[in-house]
Amino acid sequence: MNGSGLSRRDAVLLFAAAAACLPIAARAAAAGELPGNSIYQFRPPLTDQDGHTFDITSLRGAPVLVSMFYSSCEMVCPMIFETIQLTLKALPAAERERVRVLMVSFDPARDSVAVLKQKAEAHRCDARWTLARTDETSARKLAALLGVQYRRLASGEFNHSSTIELLDADGRIAARTGTLAAVDPGLLKALRAAISAHA
Amino acid sequence: MHAVHAVGIALLTACGAAFGADYMALPGGRFVSVLPQGSVPTATVPVDIEPFALRTTPVTAGEYLAFVRANPAWQRTQVPEVFADKRYLIDWRSAAQLADDAAMRPQTNVSWFAAKAYCESEGARLPTWLEWEYAASADETRRDARADPAWRRRILAWYERPSAALPPNVGGPPNAYGVRDLHGLVWEWVDDFNALFIAGDSRTQGDPDDLKFCGAGAISVIDRDSYAVLMRIALLSSLGAADTTSNLGFRCARPLDGARP
Repeated sequence: MNGSGLSRRDAVLLFAAAAACLPIAARAAAAGELPGNSIYQFRPPLTDQDGHTFDITSLRGAPVLVSMFYSSCEMVCPMIFETIQLTLKALPAAERERVRVLMVSFDPARDSVAVLKQKAEAHRCDARWTLARTDETSARKLAALLGVQYRRLASGEFNHSSTIELLDADGRIAARTGTLAAVDPGLLKALRAAISAHA
Repeated sequence: MHAVHAVGIALLTACGAAFGADYMALPGGRFVSVLPQGSVPTATVPVDIEPFALRTTPVTAGEYLAFVRANPAWQRTQVPEVFADKRYLIDWRSAAQLADDAAMRPQTNVSWFAAKAYCESEGARLPTWLEWEYAASADETRRDARADPAWRRRILAWYERPSAALPPNVGGPPNAYGVRDLHGLVWEWVDDFNALFIAGDSRTQGDPDDLKFCGAGAISVIDRDSYAVLMRIALLSSLGAADTTSNLGFRCARPLDGARP
């Protein structure tokens, strides 16, 4: 984009690619306009623990527990995973099936797909879980939308807030908890409400 | 699209935006922030600021108008509320028209998301807090004037003035780096505005409140005499990324040629 030799052919191809996206956008709109306060208004380039790229709007239709983390974090981040596992376990099995979990790394430099895969296995994350990576700028934007705060230290470690957000089926923040290593009754109640709203 | 936008900026510059999209190279180096930077919340360690380029002035309303015309998704009638609150660009006459005589004013009433999008359109980004604080430590002749009580009083005097309905035009006197308007005109977004108070490394399990922050250090500040800078930190930390205020604008930063953004 810095005028660094985009050939005419490349420009034509880019334009064609952009035009090709339009029908997709039109279809999405037909499926129901995304609310203006939906986190899914932002569509970061995401890659999951199996190396597949995916669109965050593919989570639409299910309540989602979402949090951000980094894999080399030894103390609080494992507790986020544990807290979500506890919260899922507190649900009746039929309701549990309807929930998705999204964990996005804010350490793209170190959290490769292989690291995410390893992390997912270490925390016994089943098919409901998606561990994802994105670029640094997108991670910062997603964190801002979720209200997650983090700061990289000179050591390469991060100081960060540790919260879990509940998104409703349209990606709106429905609840948030800072409780770790225990089930927050408020979060559980909001989660069950979100599940029954989209049953 | 990019080329068209670049032409727009060039025209604006030619039409009298004398300080247009000018960037100044700053050398960086060792810097002691008012915020703790080490692993111990009560002590600071100097940090190394990489060389970078900083806009010499905040982004003006005229420049922001050119951006909105090239990117209609950022019109106040189009932008989703997760990216900008209801006061976004409230000072404009309409979705694509400024108020009278506003072109050279710093654009305020912009959210962090909007400021980021503008900077990306310029091949730039928002400065980090440390980059901003480092650049803003200079007065007209010294690169670090912070120890001078007279300079501190001068800056503080601006914060004591009631803010006018609209900020005056950009183009104040340059500081020792050639950067203008860091003090005395508007507050400015920084990239890490919401992470400034996350400091320290006390990963205790005792108090549940401590667990909200991994390494929830006490909010501690090294140089308590830097009231003016502390007020900025307090303001930025109180904001959400979609918030806008009438005296909060922004400027962009860039890596120096050859480096990655």
